[in-house]
Amino acid sequence: MSVFINKDTKVIVQGITGSTALFHTKQMLEYGTKIVGGVTPKKGGTEVEGVPVFNTVIDAVNETGANASVIYVPAPFAADAIIEAVDAELDLVICITEHIPVMDMLKVKRYMEGKKTRLVGPNCPGVITPEECKIGIMPGYIHKKGHIGVVSRSGTLTYEAVHQLSEQGFGQSTAVGIGGDPVNGTDFIDCLKAFNEDPETEAVMMIGEIGGTAEEEAAEWVKANMTKPVVGFIGGRTAPPGKRMGHAGAIISGGKGTAEEKIKVMNSCGIAVADTPSVMGETLIGVLKEKGLYDKCKTH
Amino acid sequence: MNIHEYQGKEILRKYGVAVPNGKVAYSVDEAVEAATELGSSVSVVKAQIHAGGRGKAGGVKVAKNLDEVRTYANEILGKTLVTHQTGPQGKEVKRLLIEEGCDIQKEYYVGLVLDRATSRVTMMASEEGGTEIEEVASETPEKIFKEVIDPVTGLLPYQARRLAFNINIPQEYLSKAVKFMMGLYQVFVDKDCSIAEINPLVTTGSGDVLALDAKLNFDDNALFRHKDIAAYRDLDEEDTKEIEASKHDLSYIALEGNIGCMVNGAGLAMATMDIIKHYSGDPANFLDVGGGATAEKVTEAFKIILSDDNVKGIFVNIFGGIMKCDVIAEGIVEATKQIGLEIPLVVRLEGTNVDLGKQILAESGLNITTAESMADGAEKIVSLVQ
Repeated sequence: MSVFINKDTKVIVQGITGSTALFHTKQMLEYGTKIVGGVTPKKGGTEVEGVPVFNTVIDAVNETGANASVIYVPAPFAADAIIEAVDAELDLVICITEHIPVMDMLKVKRYMEGKKTRLVGPNCPGVITPEECKIGIMPGYIHKKGHIGVVSRSGTLTYEAVHQLSEQGFGQSTAVGIGGDPVNGTDFIDCLKAFNEDPETEAVMMIGEIGGTAEEEAAEWVKANMTKPVVGFIGGRTAPPGKRMGHAGAIISGGKGTAEEKIKVMNSCGIAVADTPSVMGETLIGVLKEKGLYDKCKTH
Repeated sequence: MNIHEYQGKEILRKYGVAVPNGKVAYSVDEAVEAATELGSSVSVVKAQIHAGGRGKAGGVKVAKNLDEVRTYANEILGKTLVTHQTGPQGKEVKRLLIEEGCDIQKEYYVGLVLDRATSRVTMMASEEGGTEIEEVASETPEKIFKEVIDPVTGLLPYQARRLAFNINIPQEYLSKAVKFMMGLYQVFVDKDCSIAEINPLVTTGSGDVLALDAKLNFDDNALFRHKDIAAYRDLDEEDTKEIEASKHDLSYIALEGNIGCMVNGAGLAMATMDIIKHYSGDPANFLDVGGGATAEKVTEAFKIILSDDNVKGIFVNIFGGIMKCDVIAEGIVEATKQIGLEIPLVVRLEGTNVDLGKQILAESGLNITTAESMADGAEKIVSLVQ
């Protein structure tokens, strides 16, 4: 078991003929992900990396039986690509694309209300269930199969956390990058719920950053519902207020969204927060020992 | 992106949102000329900088005649205003807005923001105009009223009416207040704003509802479809290094410290600043080279970091995903060849093509300190710059 994706997930790549998409399609195929098709308008009927290309998402779904999609379409066209995938009733849509206008995402989210599709992202590294399925842009080799669920707003910081866990012998059930935009699909709570219900997952690492109040809301949810230990990290303790720190969502505005506030709430909800990014793994391992989960989670 | 008040008012005017008559002036003579053309008995001379708190800092003056316009324009133009939003170094005033004075009855607040929790645009209003909304929110939160707007319908007239009633705008101003709010919402969605704040909105003795101030911020990611907004950019308001970085699609923010940082990914870039601080160092910048960086882009990033005289050492922290370590390594080698490097450089590489990247650095013959982890790198660069 795992969350959101597994070895049976059949994936199509939207925007497959772009150079970034091609590079990562190759990497995903090498990892063993079942990439069953690609979509690029006007390139239907061709083939890249041995994968058939279709003109529309619905064609690709009808021909291949895909249940998930990953989007590498450029930002001005990405919202349209997400809605096309939702309209084709895919179970899961993972949008890697960065710099999508917020107003476009508001429409996307409104359109998705009541629809069955789960959106992960945008502006995210994707989702990986180690040794089964990798959808996105993360370096596959750092991940090991195991029992730690990882959820994060940042791509590279997720790699950092996963790398620390793997190096110390703690594999992951699934790692989900929810993305750094202010308006996104799947949020912390969705992932925490999924990890809580996943028999494979024993503990969760949650990586947040400055901006918004998603971490605080997640912490309150953890306190009320979570049966498994959660540890955290918040990036941006030293970020100046009023500046957008790379991610569209990473901004302290009107004194709101500071790392201090998030850490305070997380601690008060029973979440141990790593002091520095280099001790994310150690912090989790400390908690595993405390809870008697060390042996269960030590995978290699 | 931020724009000036007078530019914001130009946009509002086009959408039927009432603003006082006014003109921009770049010199004292232009200011007097503008006031003459406006022909009002009282004019207001307003400093145009990208920061709030101008009034308190002496950047807004009411002139009762043309001589006073000249005096105040002379006083404010070229002055460095220090407000709570400019930082201690302040901002030099290079433009003025000359506006006709009006007979203010009462000041209100109306603003539009994106509410992240609901994924909706929200209109906020308060009868505590003139004070900062954050202050009102913390002291008298019951005086802030909100309407959550469905993107399908947009702001509905009843929502605008409800806000107007809630903040006690007198009934004789109701229809104008509603028109004002509807127009403001239209500006927000049409122009991809991230903030549209009117503080104060005023009712006047002559029966008008006017935006006395206007703060509009725009979503950088949507500028590609708003050439008119992009044209409002005022480079004088931005850090020169940040301007250079934006030309190369690098996400760079200048800070006060002496350790230059080059990182991929915003989260890791923030965390890198945090860990430098943790080891008692001080980051000189935030720099995310992004996912699709080329060797040329890395070279430019290096040049920008080195153009900051405060920088006494550089820490490169890369965890390759989209970004390949060999590309970063090539960029580092190329940059140091082109511009020379006389300060310590610590490089930590991990992720896609890491071995290739390390090999390129090792074979370059450059004086590079390699680090095995983020903590290792941070400790090394902090000790090297001391």
